[in-house]
Amino acid sequence: MENTPAASPCRVGLFVTCLVDLFRPTVGFAAVKLLEDAGCTVVVPQQTCCGQPAYNSGDKARAKQVARQVIAAFADVDYVVAPSGSCGGMLHEHYPELFADEPETALAAQHLAKRSHELISFLVDVRGMKRVDARFEGAVTYHDSCSGLRELGVKQQPRQLLRSVEGLSIRELPGAETCCGFGGTFCVKYPAISDRMVTDKAEDIRRSGAGTLLAGDMGCLLNMAGKLSRLGVPVAVRHVAEVLADMADRPSIGAPDRK
Amino acid sequence: MQSTSHAFKDNAQRALHDPRLQRAMENLRHGFQERRRVAAAALPEFEQLRDIARDIKNHTLANLDWYLERYEEKVLASGGHVHWCRTAAEARETILAICRSAGARTVTKGKSMIAEEIALNDFLEEKGIEPVETDLGEYIIQLRREPPSHIIAPAVHLNQDDVEDTFRRSHTDLPADRSLGEARELCDEARTILRSKFLAADVGITGANFLIAETGSSIIVTNEGNGDLTQTLPKVHVVLASLEKVVPTLEDVSTILRLLARSATGQEFSSYTTVSTGPRRPGDLDGPQEYHVVLLDNGRSAMLGTEFHEMLRCIRCSACMNHCPVYSAVGGHAYGWVYPGPMGAVLTPGLIGIDEAGHLPNASTFCGRCESVCPMKIPLPKMMRHWRERQVERGLGPAAARWGLGAWAFLASRPALYGLAAKLGAGVLGRLGRRKGRFAALPLAGGWTGVRDMPAPEGRTFRDQWAERNRR
Ligand code: SF4
Repeated sequence: MENTPAASPCRVGLFVTCLVDLFRPTVGFAAVKLLEDAGCTVVVPQQTCCGQPAYNSGDKARAKQVARQVIAAFADVDYVVAPSGSCGGMLHEHYPELFADEPETALAAQHLAKRSHELISFLVDVRGMKRVDARFEGAVTYHDSCSGLRELGVKQQPRQLLRSVEGLSIRELPGAETCCGFGGTFCVKYPAISDRMVTDKAEDIRRSGAGTLLAGDMGCLLNMAGKLSRLGVPVAVRHVAEVLADMADRPSIGAPDRK
Repeated sequence: MQSTSHAFKDNAQRALHDPRLQRAMENLRHGFQERRRVAAAALPEFEQLRDIARDIKNHTLANLDWYLERYEEKVLASGGHVHWCRTAAEARETILAICRSAGARTVTKGKSMIAEEIALNDFLEEKGIEPVETDLGEYIIQLRREPPSHIIAPAVHLNQDDVEDTFRRSHTDLPADRSLGEARELCDEARTILRSKFLAADVGITGANFLIAETGSSIIVTNEGNGDLTQTLPKVHVVLASLEKVVPTLEDVSTILRLLARSATGQEFSSYTTVSTGPRRPGDLDGPQEYHVVLLDNGRSAMLGTEFHEMLRCIRCSACMNHCPVYSAVGGHAYGWVYPGPMGAVLTPGLIGIDEAGHLPNASTFCGRCESVCPMKIPLPKMMRHWRERQVERGLGPAAARWGLGAWAFLASRPALYGLAAKLGAGVLGRLGRRKGRFAALPLAGGWTGVRDMPAPEGRTFRDQWAERNRR
C-alpha cells in the first residue's frame, strides 16, 4: 500500500447509516476497506439511525431518544466515521445543539461531535491519505452533497483521491454545489418541487458527458439514480467510496443484478 | 396584503407549470448567483466583513431600545417627527393622517417592503389618495396589480414582453403603434410618465435600508435615483421603516454597505446611496418642508430574545433567495405573502403566524446555501428547524406524518428490532427488485415513485453481513 498513514493506529467506529445498511451494504464494506488501508481498526457497534428524520421534522424529543443511543454506542472508539456528509454533519454539528438544553448529555454529545467525521474527509484530512490503489475505466462526474459540502467542508478530498484512481477521468458537473432536491422527508412532502430540482440536476449530469455519477451520500444518490433511470439517462450511479475502494464491480445503484 | 401562504403547495404547483414564469426564473438562476460570486471573490476581506457586520447588528439588537431612543432624539433635533407604530393598522392610519394634513391627492413612493407589509397602496387608494410607485419594477407590478415576487427585483417573475404588454394595456393614451420592443424604450416611457407624477406629488414615501442612531438619518440605496426625487421634490417626506433597521453610526453603515450591494446584485456599490436627515434647513437648496419617520414594530420586538432573534439582523439583500433552489423553482409569489425565499420562510411565520405560514419553513431541503451566502451570517436553516419544532410542540402537521415518525422512533431506538426489520425489508425488496434493479411504483411510497424510480436494495443489510463475517 502506497499510503503512509501519518497518524498512528486507531480504533474507528463505523457509523454505517441506515440507507447504506438497507440499500447499499457495498458502501459499508468499501468504507471498512478504505479505513483499514488507512491503518484503522474498524468496529461496528449496535446502531440504527442518527436521528435526522425526527430532528429535521422538528421532533426534538424523538431525535434525542435516538441520538442518546448513538452517543452511548460510540463512547469508546477514537473516531466515529460515516460514509455520509449528512449523517456525519448530524453527529458533528447538530448533536451538541440538540442537547444544548440538557447539560448532563451535552458534554457527551460534544465529545462525540469532536470525534465524528465524514469518511472521505477523514481519510484525507485526519489520516493523511494521498492516493488509493484502485482502477476504474471511464469518465466520472461528482455531485457535492449539501451537508458534506457546507457543514463539513468536503470538496477537494474526494476529488484528490479520485485523481489517483487509474483509468479514471473527472468531468466537473455544472452546478455541482446545487442541491439535488432530496432533503430527507422534503422529497416526499414536496414532490413537485423536489422533482423540478432533481430534473435540473439530471440534465446537468447528462451535460457533463460522464458515464458515471459519484457522490458521498446515499440519500442524494438514490434520488438522482431514481430520476436518471426514470428519464432513461444512461449514467451509472455509485457512492464515491465504491470506486475508491476498487469495489465498483457490483451493479450500480438502481441497475439490474444480472448474476 | 392578504396571505396565501397556507396554500403554498397549490401556489407552487401552479408556478411549476407556468412556462412564462419558468422562463423568467431562468434569468435569475444565471444572473445573480454568478455576479455575487465574482464580487465576493474580488474583495479579500469579504468574509471578515461578514463577521464584523454580524457583530454590529448583534450589538445593536442587544441594545435596541437605547439606539432607537438616540435615533429619535436626533430626528427631533433636526426638526423631524417620529411616529412609533405597533401594528400595521397604526402605521397606515399615521401615514393617512400625514397625507390628509398635507392635503395630498398624489403620493410618490420609493421601494419599500414595509409598505407592502402594511398593504399601504390599497389602503391609500381606498381613502382617495393615489399612490405612485417610482421604482421601475414596482411601477410595473403596480400597473399589473401584483405583489412583488422578490425583495429587490419586484418584477423578476416577468419577461420583457410581459412588461411591453402591461404598458400597452395601461398607457392607453399613447399611440398604439409606438415601438416598445427594446428595454430602453420601456424605460423611457416609464420615465416620461413618472416625471409628471414626481412633480404632482404632495407627499413622498420611502423605505429605509438603515436608520442611523448617531445622526438621526435614514439611508436608501437604489439603482434608479427614483428615491432621491421621491424624497426631495414633495413638501412632505415620510420614511417608513421597521425597528430593526437602526444601526449605531455612519461608520457602521459604511461597513455593512460594502456587503449589501455585493451580496445583492454583485455591484460594488449601488448607483445611488442617499442620506436624508430631517426637513430642509434655512439655506438648503432643496428638501421637504416636513420630515416624518414611521417606525413599525409589527411583531418584531416579540422576536427579540427568542430563537428567531438573529433574523432581525437581515438587511434585505436577497442573496438567500437568489441562491435558493426552492425559490428559483417556484418564484416569489408561491410563498404567498410579502417576503419570499429563505428569509421569508423564517420571517413570515414570525409576522403572520405559524398557522398561516406553516409550509414555508418546511419547504426547504436544508441545503444551507442561503446561510452560506448571507452577508449577516443568519442561520436560516436552523431557524426554519425551530419553526418546525414549534409546530410539533403545538401538535400541528398531518397526523399520518406524526404517526410515521412515532413508529420510526420506536424502531430506531431498539437496535436489535430495527436490525431485524431492516433485514426483512431489504431482503424482500432486494429479491423483488433484483431483476430490474429498481421499482417504478411502491406501496406507500407514491411521493417518491410518482416522479422517480426507487432503486432496489442490494439484498442483505450491511449489519447482517457484517455479523456473519465476524462469526466466521
Ligand atoms: S437573510 Fe441574509 S441573505 Fe437573506 S435577505 Fe436577509 S441579509 Fe440577505
